[in-house]
Amino acid sequence: MAEARDYRAIGTRPVRPDGVDKVTGRANFGADMNLPNMIHGKVLRSPHAHARIKSIDGSRALEMPGVYAVISGADFPSGAEGEISGEGGGTVSDLAMNIMARDKALYHGHAVAAVAAKTAFLAETALELIDVEYEVLPPVLDVDVAMEPGATLVDENQHTRGNESAGPSNIAAITKFERGDPEAGFAEADVVVEGDYRVPTAHQGYIEPHACTATLDEQGRATVWCCTQGHFDVRSMTAGVLGKSVGEIKVIPSEIGGGFGGKTVIYLEPLAVKLSELTGRPVKMVMSREEVFRATGPTSASHCKIKVGAKRDGTITAATAWMAYEAGAYPGAPVGPGCMSVFAPYDLENFRIEGFDVLVNKPKAAAYRAPGAPQSMHAMESAMDELARRIGMDPIDLRLKNCADEGTQAPYGPVYPPIGIRKCLEAAKVHPNYTTPKAEGTGRGIAAGFWFNIGMQSSAEVRLSEDGTVTVMEGSPDIGGSRASMCLMAAETLGVPYDVVRAHIGDTESTGFCNVTGGSRTTFATGLAVVQACEDIIAECKKRAAATWDIDADQVDWTEGEAIPKPGVNIDVQPLSLADIAGSMGRTGGPILGRASLNAQGAGAGFSVNFADVNVDQETGKVDILSFTAIQDAGTAIHPSYVEGQMQGGAVQGLGWALNEEYIYDDNGVMENAGFLDYRVPVASDMPMIDTQIIEVPNPSHPYGVRGVGETPIVAPLAVTSNAVSDALGFRISDLPLSPPRVLAAIDAHEED
Amino acid sequence: MEAYAYARPTTLDEAVSLLAAHAKEGRRTQLLAGGTDVLVQMRSVDREPRTLVDVKHIADTNRLDISSDPVFIGSAIPSAILNENEELKSLFPGLIEAADLIGSTQIQGRATIGGNLCNSSPAGDTIPAIIAASGVCVIAGSGGTRRVACEDFLTGVGTNVLEADELLVGLEFPRPQGRTADGYLRFIPRTEMDIAVAGAGVALTLDDDGTCTAARVAIGAVAPTALLVPAAADALIGTKVDDEALSAAGAACTAASSPITDKRGTIEYRNKVVAVLCRRAGANARDRALAR
Repeated sequence: MAEARDYRAIGTRPVRPDGVDKVTGRANFGADMNLPNMIHGKVLRSPHAHARIKSIDGSRALEMPGVYAVISGADFPSGAEGEISGEGGGTVSDLAMNIMARDKALYHGHAVAAVAAKTAFLAETALELIDVEYEVLPPVLDVDVAMEPGATLVDENQHTRGNESAGPSNIAAITKFERGDPEAGFAEADVVVEGDYRVPTAHQGYIEPHACTATLDEQGRATVWCCTQGHFDVRSMTAGVLGKSVGEIKVIPSEIGGGFGGKTVIYLEPLAVKLSELTGRPVKMVMSREEVFRATGPTSASHCKIKVGAKRDGTITAATAWMAYEAGAYPGAPVGPGCMSVFAPYDLENFRIEGFDVLVNKPKAAAYRAPGAPQSMHAMESAMDELARRIGMDPIDLRLKNCADEGTQAPYGPVYPPIGIRKCLEAAKVHPNYTTPKAEGTGRGIAAGFWFNIGMQSSAEVRLSEDGTVTVMEGSPDIGGSRASMCLMAAETLGVPYDVVRAHIGDTESTGFCNVTGGSRTTFATGLAVVQACEDIIAECKKRAAATWDIDADQVDWTEGEAIPKPGVNIDVQPLSLADIAGSMGRTGGPILGRASLNAQGAGAGFSVNFADVNVDQETGKVDILSFTAIQDAGTAIHPSYVEGQMQGGAVQGLGWALNEEYIYDDNGVMENAGFLDYRVPVASDMPMIDTQIIEVPNPSHPYGVRGVGETPIVAPLAVTSNAVSDALGFRISDLPLSPPRVLAAIDAHEED
Repeated sequence: MEAYAYARPTTLDEAVSLLAAHAKEGRRTQLLAGGTDVLVQMRSVDREPRTLVDVKHIADTNRLDISSDPVFIGSAIPSAILNENEELKSLFPGLIEAADLIGSTQIQGRATIGGNLCNSSPAGDTIPAIIAASGVCVIAGSGGTRRVACEDFLTGVGTNVLEADELLVGLEFPRPQGRTADGYLRFIPRTEMDIAVAGAGVALTLDDDGTCTAARVAIGAVAPTALLVPAAADALIGTKVDDEALSAAGAACTAASSPITDKRGTIEYRNKVVAVLCRRAGANARDRALAR
């Protein structure tokens, strides 16, 4: 088991190796790949949210000079089979239809055709010459409406999983968890609170739009350059959609300008490969911001109902959660993780959780930072706040009273190993930002956050150069500073300075398989592979030293980056450093490299406690975040600055979702705010400094105690904001976002009551 | 296919002749000052080729007369120059706070209040402030120079009185006398990088005992164009600009508004907030005037 100990490299804050190139513009992102004779692809998108495609005719576009190819659903194999690996899941068939519609367009912006032309401008112009005949159908745009009996069906062939005999339904799946006897629990309660909470659709909002370039060699093998969170998954998904073998596709990841889960799926790559195949030229495709909003991401809008009963002393006797999530046009809303996370911080005897995965005529949901948890935990953590008010208890004390610990059976099944929720709550209680009374007229809110974190498959290879420098080769795209963390763990394990280690992200043919950078798994799982590969190097170095000294390898220790004879081995030699061994490796047996591949288990759940003070302008409804404090268990912070960065970035994304971010649709299902001007992510001046406090409860499943830290930070801020605004107003607004018009309308309605 | 063209006249005559010649040939032109609206529109909403006529290289459009009466601000003067001018800030604190709301520091190095006016967006931030400060548009064209009060310059969403052979040379403002001051506020859901949901500019003159003797109130983003609201001014004149008078002025602003519901706000919301902004901007103008 990992325990807190003194480290040399881990816990320091060196500059990330990719940082300077990114801020000077030297780094290459998805749209930066250019090849000789390259042409440009653009996608024609459905102007209707729901329509049958009666015909597609590209002949007028093809007549235009400079237009090389037009493709549509008919150019792709039908009946693709299999499941998508990686975080989001789903079927290859749904993926294939999402990136190029077949007989029906299922949301406004759904791809129906694509064109390749000499320039991007020509390609866009050619789109206007593709003739598509639609039979427009009524769209279903709201989760509650979609669940009603007799609702318009997004897909006439969709049945509820496990209930196929009941006829078609927009409800693709139902998830249920139950323990104990909730009704008996409510009967025992002194106080019962109930609430109804809605959270809007939100986009991941990465700065870099999706982009890729594809080319085929003379054997017909494709090479794809793209910005992605997981190039091995791009390879398998692209192969699945095109009906090719993964061996026919090589994927090279660029630097990535943000993903937050949204770049764990694909939209353009199979289209670019197909267009390249038809034209014999490299094809580049870059989305506009508008396309990103209309056709990628987002995460689900949700409707949650929570009921919690408790004794006067705060002991929760029962809780129930009902939640319906919008999947978009294909099944796969993150309602499963929403159900599993809703009660995760608590030790509950009696509960029932029900979740519904519901189709609507909107873009297919993609993973977004802790997929599903912000929505359901917004509901539960708001209800906890109401409960604390009703029984007159400090909201932290209420949570401490019901807090899960090591040994608690999690609501989603497993028994918790050591976890940090109690320590986070205790840290919040004594934090100076909490012990300082809130200013007159302001509101304060607190909430807990949680994410499972995952392990999954990773590989790493560590290579020793002849001057003692170390190359780490792994396959996890770096979206949050993971290369710095890999270098720190390698430096720690090998006992060498950070500066001599360089980490690289290899393409699908240069390194072993790695699942996506997602699920907060990279520093944990790929980090574990790097540590094991370094241990491989140490073992080999010990052998080389032993051979040099003419002793057995098991008589050699590796300490502080040097091979030394074990205590008691009677030999008078100087220690051999990693550089010494590297310098002579050509004579002692050849190049030295270490490798590891694994399917990591025991990711270690991540808990957080956040709180904020807010001011509400009672005349305009504007909410200002005055201060925000994020406290989170990181297991062990390998690079504390990047852990704090994750906590701050997640807090800001959560606050944006709580305050102003939402998809605004007209009655026809057309998104009206498909741009950053009116899809309002916070700007820097909207936010206070996000204060952070890292708690370290080491994860026993990792040699340095790492837990994932990337996703948990987005979860709590939604309820923190709701709770703080409710505190400021003296009444609750249950639905998000807390945008000025909504808040002012609620104030006016409350005054009228 | 017609291509984009770029012209850089160095005199008003040259600019007017160029515009007139294009108009005669039925060729489209677009005036270019800082370009912070034009360049964005060229890449998104309106990509039809046209001749861009850059007004930044003409002496008259670059004239800035701050010490004179009227004060003159050339249409090519970037707002950074205005925002950093202490005398202007002291004379027209409301106009300058409006100009300073538009764009980041970098954008303000290019953006002009003349361009903001000619773009004629209902939500243009400087427009209510210009109207409140009694701004007059100086327009050059084939027929010579004409002057149009700013509130009469605008004709609709994105449209104004400029003919195809005309350009805005600059804005004249009567030099504020005695206890005269202005204020401008707009509402956006964020702190910056956003477009006004509603805006209000108020200019006031107070006598020695603090009674309002003259007032102009203008509102933005709540009608197809920014509007002068005489009823709001009437509610202030003859009062000490106290809460009651400000509330009445705010109510007059709401009455004059005809907003729409869109992605930036609802009718109800805009009607309420324009009154709040009028009250708050009016209080700012009053306090500034009292301090003179």
